[in-house]
Amino acid sequence: MQKTITVTVNESVETHQVQSNQTLLNFLRETLDLTGAKEGCNEGECGACVVLLDGKAINSCMTLAVEVDGHQVTTIEGIGDVDRPHPIQQAFLKNQAVQCGFCTPGTILTAVSLLAENPNPNEQEVREALAGNLCRCTGYRQIIDSVLAAAAILPKGGGQ
Amino acid sequence: MSLPQLEYCQARTVEEALELWAKKTKARYLAGGTDLLPQLRAASGTQLTLVDLKQIESLAKIGQAEDGAVSIGAAASVAAVAANATVRKRYPILSDCCLSLGSYPLRNRATVVGNICNASPCADTAAALLALDAIVVATSTKAKRRIPMVDFFQGPGESCLQAGELVEEILLPQATAGGRGHYGRIARRKSVDISTVAVLLSVLPKGQPRHRLSLLSVAPTPLRVFEAEAVLDERGPEGASQAAEIARASCTPISDVRASAEYRRDMVAVLTERGVMTLAQSMGG
Ligand SMILES: Cc1cc2nc3c(=O)[nH]c(=O)nc-3n(C[C@H](O)[C@H](O)[C@H](O)COP(=O)(O)OP(=O)(O)OC[C@H]3O[C@@H](n4cnc5c(N)ncnc54)[C@H](O)[C@@H]3O)c2cc1C
Ligand code: FES
Ligand code: FES
Repeated sequence: MQKTITVTVNESVETHQVQSNQTLLNFLRETLDLTGAKEGCNEGECGACVVLLDGKAINSCMTLAVEVDGHQVTTIEGIGDVDRPHPIQQAFLKNQAVQCGFCTPGTILTAVSLLAENPNPNEQEVREALAGNLCRCTGYRQIIDSVLAAAAILPKGGGQ
Repeated sequence: MSLPQLEYCQARTVEEALELWAKKTKARYLAGGTDLLPQLRAASGTQLTLVDLKQIESLAKIGQAEDGAVSIGAAASVAAVAANATVRKRYPILSDCCLSLGSYPLRNRATVVGNICNASPCADTAAALLALDAIVVATSTKAKRRIPMVDFFQGPGESCLQAGELVEEILLPQATAGGRGHYGRIARRKSVDISTVAVLLSVLPKGQPRHRLSLLSVAPTPLRVFEAEAVLDERGPEGASQAAEIARASCTPISDVRASAEYRRDMVAVLTERGVMTLAQSMGG
């Protein structure tokens, strides 16, 4: 079954025909060519597919594209780029929190969502928020340090 | 694995949702989809219609209801319930149970009502909702009824909801406000893993019984152990090991990939005693 949806993705208004069984993750990657969000497990376990829906981190592999009709989605492409990286991205670079990078978009968006809600988290709160973002290479120390470092310099409100 | 073909529709009101469900050959209500969508990947057969409840404004609310109760609407996310100021103040054990469910992104999407409608023996929010004598308000095209939480679960994946019946809200009664609790939860990982066994012991400021003991993942449904509660009401912390033995005897766990039945039974006893001791210490007695 097909349906037409209109969704704001990274501030651009997108109107597309989608299949009712298409996940938001698949829509972002295959229809919009935004390949920052990754498919790790496709069942909610790994966090590689995390994007922001109306500002909050969600797993896009467990959300249908038709469900986000009328809403706002932010992917890593909308957070910052090589020329103007987001403070959390800068902190990841500075603290060497990226190796293969597969987990990085989801982890950074989870952190953006956390810091918007709680601009001054302690280490435990960061650990709990990131518990659903698995990383196979870097190790969590550098990732947690990066989020805490970004929190220290970000203006209140998470800098979205 | 990709999702099977499906039809998707959005309801704007509860009445519309009930009608849409009734019109379709095979329909399911959709809340956060964190149980439903992974389940659908494994399913086959006739095409399913998903009736999305998230656009129904009246279901989004968390707030005051009649008789001093607090209402949790069917579209309220687990994260929103955990963070709600009234819930944190009056029903902190529900907030605790919410925060042990899944991951942070998952809690932003998953709902408390979806957690109980899925009727898993490990449903984290059920531990608190059972202890709080919560009431499930369910509506069908014929009638609206109030189901006490203790009667809600029938078996693994099975609630007492009739075909097409929709849960509108869960009510937390005023009488059980103000309790404190200890949620002992064993899982293979600290987060993002369903419990291998979990025990919630809570003490209410008033009410009968004052102690409440709920067990997860050790029976076909989440369980209250009334007999152990009566022992704790009567004997206080002295009754810890007797209550623990009653709890152990009242569960009927299975052995699976997570743990053996024996381990689960032992842990029910250990976590019950630990709950009694922790609560006694925090009350300074
Ligand atoms: C990676 C992962 C980790 C998880 N960890 C946990 C965990 O630690 N603890 C835990 O308890 N659960 C866990 N879950 C399960 C799930 O996330 C929860 O049960 C969640 O609360 C379900 O809510 P939902 O809104 O997503 O439900 P949905 O998937 O939308 O619905 C669940 C079921 O309830 C029905 N339903 C929904 N709303 C209504 C309504 N208003 N009236 C009637 N029927 C309705 C649906 O038709 C469906 O059958 C996990 C899931 C995943 C994928
Ligand atoms: S791909 Fe969505 S959580 Fe793993
Ligand atoms: S950097 Fe490779 S998975 Fe995290």
